[in-house]
Amino acid sequence: MQKYILRRVLLAIPAIIGLTIIIFLVMRILPGDVLTVMFGEEGTLQLSEEDRARIIASLGLDKPIYLQYVDWLKDIVTLKLGQSFWRSDTVMDLIINRGPITLEIAVFSVILSWLIGLPVGILAAMKRNTPFDYAGRFFSILFLAIPNFWLGTLIVLTLVLTLEWKAPLGVINLWEDPWANLQIIWGPALVLGIGQAAYICRMARSALLETIHEDYIRTARAKGLAERLVILRHALRNAIMPVITLSGVLLGFLIGGSVAVEQAFGVPGLGRTLVAAFFERDYVVIQNLVLIYGLVFVLTNLLVDISYAWIDPRIRYS
Amino acid sequence: MAQVTATDVIVQDAERRTRSWVWAILNFSQRNPVGALSGLAILAIVFVAVFAPYVATHHPTEYADFSALREAPGSAHWMGTDDIGRDLYSRVVHGARISLFVALVAVLVGDLIGAAWGVASGYIGGRLDIYSQRFLELLMSFPTLILAMILVLAMGAGVWTVIVAISITRIPLSVRVIRSVTLSVKENAYVDAAQAIGASSGRVMVRHIAPQCVAPWLVLATAHLGSVIILEASLGFLGVGVPMPTATWGNMLGGPVAAGLIPRWWMVVFPGLAITVTVLAFNLFGDSIRDALDPKLRGRT
Repeated sequence: MQKYILRRVLLAIPAIIGLTIIIFLVMRILPGDVLTVMFGEEGTLQLSEEDRARIIASLGLDKPIYLQYVDWLKDIVTLKLGQSFWRSDTVMDLIINRGPITLEIAVFSVILSWLIGLPVGILAAMKRNTPFDYAGRFFSILFLAIPNFWLGTLIVLTLVLTLEWKAPLGVINLWEDPWANLQIIWGPALVLGIGQAAYICRMARSALLETIHEDYIRTARAKGLAERLVILRHALRNAIMPVITLSGVLLGFLIGGSVAVEQAFGVPGLGRTLVAAFFERDYVVIQNLVLIYGLVFVLTNLLVDISYAWIDPRIRYS
Repeated sequence: MAQVTATDVIVQDAERRTRSWVWAILNFSQRNPVGALSGLAILAIVFVAVFAPYVATHHPTEYADFSALREAPGSAHWMGTDDIGRDLYSRVVHGARISLFVALVAVLVGDLIGAAWGVASGYIGGRLDIYSQRFLELLMSFPTLILAMILVLAMGAGVWTVIVAISITRIPLSVRVIRSVTLSVKENAYVDAAQAIGASSGRVMVRHIAPQCVAPWLVLATAHLGSVIILEASLGFLGVGVPMPTATWGNMLGGPVAAGLIPRWWMVVFPGLAITVTVLAFNLFGDSIRDALDPKLRGRT
């Protein structure tokens, strides 16, 4: 097991380095120069020659390109990720202030997706071709098609119209005021949770239906075990693997989706910060936040892989 | 003795072919009514998209009635008007154009590149395979939406850059599927036979491997259509997709949010419904295509 973990961790390192290279290159092939991207074409023309030079230097863009990359790597290692161009916040401030909200949304949504998706999927498989099964399948297909940011906007609109709800203005952390914090995050967590639950429900249902035909299930039934126990103790153990795998695959859906859903709810998380940075063309913030999102994605995938190996010993030795 | 002319043969042949087409479609709809219905829905949406200027009642961007701002749906404006008095119905109709165009082109380009790459990588193997696997893993270590966002940022916003960005997000997914199909097809005896009679690698890939990849590719591509429409709408919603004032479903939903305005219900409900219905149709159609082409997968997921 330790060997497996070590091997997996070593594989993640080139992925992370590659991530920095790709982000760096993408940020450098911006059409025209950075100034046009940041200030627009007319804005750039209004800048004086000294202003341009000063801004370029402040972004570190006056150095040769490989030095710029090395500088960025140094920044990453020392956790000094530079500063927002338009605001006084450093990128680290943004991550520390807003990161927890996004993290909470992500964690709650995964928990919710399992709490909703798994029981519905199991029941649908057990009551195959009954109205319950049809309803479960109908809703899971429907929620696969509903864009999460639209669902979010609809919920916000309903709340605004009925309860005169207002979008949260500032960051409220869980440890400061749990209740107020919960009010901020429940909406995005619910929307993302339902979105993932639709996938999980489908997968749980089909995985369970497949396992039910196995010989050892027949054996369990033949020895007189109650159907509930056959499902929960025997079938579910094997059926759960593809569901966990799927939950890992859904991380991409979750991380990307959280950006759009935070925007829909006006929640001051990392995703909304990223969108704002795109609008303001806040070069340094975009570069580093995209890196953070990529890092989180790579690292959570690593954790998911390790957890498979932990659950299913066959993987460790292959 | 009746003389059979060449034209007769051609006509008969054509008739037989049409009949077999009609028959295949009827057969498919009988076995798969949901697939047939969703196929009809897709045809209807494509019709609306192609004939948008005739289906719409107003111009999507130039028409703006400043005396009828935020007007509720009624006989003058079937889906109401938006914050600056544009006709929502016409914008939803024109939005179908952008959405379908972006989705179709992006899926075609991205998945075709991915398929070619997958066949080459799987068939040739060796270093090409290892390096391309590593590279594609890198692309996959970005969440799709974020990858699309920075690509659009790098290339500048526009219909074509959105298409390129979205198609790049498709490449790793289709390489993975087509590569694994290629790896298994490669083991067939007829591939060995082709190599033995001296067929070049290119010929084996095009004539012997690629045809086997068509069915899984179709399944993959139809499945991608739905997710690509959502991706394009998400970019529009976040304000980093096809730039305003172009009417896209995502832009229509994102505009008021970005401006900090509280939208009226019709500004939210109709564009979102358009996305949902379209994606639903593509997903259901994709599922039935998969069932029809790959009976082994029937009933799974």
